[in-house]
Amino acid sequence: MTDALLRVDGLTKRFGGVIASEGVALEVANGELHAIIGPNGAGKTTLIGQLTGEIAPDSGRVHFAGQDITTLPTYRRSAIGMARSFQITSLFLDMTVLDNVALAVQAHSGHSFRFWTPARSETRLREPARAALARVGLGDRENVVVRDMSHGEHRQIEIAMALATRPRLLLLDEPMAGMGPEESARLVNLLRELKKEYTILLIEHDMEAVFALADRISVLVYGRVIATGAPATIRVNPEVIQAYLGEQQVAGHG
Amino acid sequence: MMPALTLRNVVVALLLLMLFLVPVYAAVIGNNFVLSLFTRIVILAMAATSLNLIMGYGGMVSFGHAAYLGIGGYVVGILAYEGILSGFLQWPLALLVSALIAFVIGLLSLRTRGVYFIMITLAFAQMIYYVGVSLNRYGADDGLTIYRRSQFGDLINLSNKTVFYYLCLVLLLASIYLVWRLVNSRFGMAIQGARSNDRRMHAIGFPTFRYRLTCFVIAGTICGLAGVLLANHTDFISPAVMHWTRSGDLIVMVVLGGMGSLFGPLIGTVAFLALEEWLSGITEYWQIIFGPLLLAIVLFARGGIDGLLAGIRRD
Repeated sequence: MTDALLRVDGLTKRFGGVIASEGVALEVANGELHAIIGPNGAGKTTLIGQLTGEIAPDSGRVHFAGQDITTLPTYRRSAIGMARSFQITSLFLDMTVLDNVALAVQAHSGHSFRFWTPARSETRLREPARAALARVGLGDRENVVVRDMSHGEHRQIEIAMALATRPRLLLLDEPMAGMGPEESARLVNLLRELKKEYTILLIEHDMEAVFALADRISVLVYGRVIATGAPATIRVNPEVIQAYLGEQQVAGHG
Repeated sequence: MMPALTLRNVVVALLLLMLFLVPVYAAVIGNNFVLSLFTRIVILAMAATSLNLIMGYGGMVSFGHAAYLGIGGYVVGILAYEGILSGFLQWPLALLVSALIAFVIGLLSLRTRGVYFIMITLAFAQMIYYVGVSLNRYGADDGLTIYRRSQFGDLINLSNKTVFYYLCLVLLLASIYLVWRLVNSRFGMAIQGARSNDRRMHAIGFPTFRYRLTCFVIAGTICGLAGVLLANHTDFISPAVMHWTRSGDLIVMVVLGGMGSLFGPLIGTVAFLALEEWLSGITEYWQIIFGPLLLAIVLFARGGIDGLLAGIRRD
């Protein structure tokens, strides 16, 4: 695929004797929603760590928008348009919702060696942050301290912060983790909307959500991508069924 | 904007009023000791305020902050000993040296976190302490008497105790104002973000190290200025000012008053030195009372005295 926004080649990472990624190859095309599924311990977290720059691969390359970013530090990846959400909520718990998201805006609005003007009165930080919050449905909660909010709301803030950096690629690491069915359904609707504007790499356990949203799916097992393809082909791929889906009988979902 | 009439604001206002009236009170009762005590309080409150910037707002618990008190003081003392008395030279040089040393310490220690950061800042401070001890030309561990305070020509006479007190007070208030501006600016938001969740800061695109290092240097410089004032106040400088227990005292002042609170360090310093003064008048072993008291504050009022005051709203 020539218009791949994200291209991963031969990514390998070992932790002692454990192979967490073994020659992972992956392409996320511009505009697609690409999902990565895999059982626990398949190496999804290690993979996303290497994509965001928190973990250095032993070998292999990561290209983003035609640029080799394999050794680029995390903050620089954010600057060129990679945004992520965390599987385990990772927010500024002692700050308000709006302060959280405004910080994400601030990171992309020049340097922060500005010592005098109050940041909370800067419209060009606050307004884009409000817009991102409205987008995820938290427009009326901006002054609540994050610590005092529900888990579901934390998940929404995760996405709002990613959006506030005006990314080209959204890396969503299990955005539905720990959500109830109702909250999950709402999030699926939101992702369906976001899909129209953003290229998304979605790592998710919720099979129903993945098969409903993904354009393509890659299946990760023991650090290797064993299959990539449209949901319909993944669903009937015998290797996938054997390695991962097994008794879940995903084929029955629709 | 009018500050709300909360218990905390009333206490802070009364405290500031009291600080402004100290020289008047001292003159009326003809007791110079009160003025001297409060000059010391004001200077140490400035050091605590600078520590609060990195510790309270930036989450960088430095166990070597008293080193800058010594550095600022030694620059003044050494220059005075060598016959350079002009404050226009002494003071900027003291600030510059403090900033440079803070830069080097920060550059190396800010790569670590938590307990390691505490230990490495302590180690650096101990190194500087022993440098002071080994300065044979400048009194080694006996210290160095400063025979003349910094000279500012006709501008200001630091030998006038009242004038000197008000200068210290103005500089303290200026530091508090500076910290207030800083923590609410973009820079301050970045610093507090790095305290709260450094990993997230990197993920949203912040190279936090350079902001934390800058913050560390600013705090070291303000504390260096406090050191300049302290040396001028006591007319003396010795390595004892930089002893690790002095760094511990500064941490206690900040925690006692309230970490991450603008006036917390001032409240903490007043409480610390007033308690020290009062309890040591009762018994030689005053720390036996002071220790449990401190423990109670830390256990039951996590925001220090300031948090205690803020928790009880009047409106």
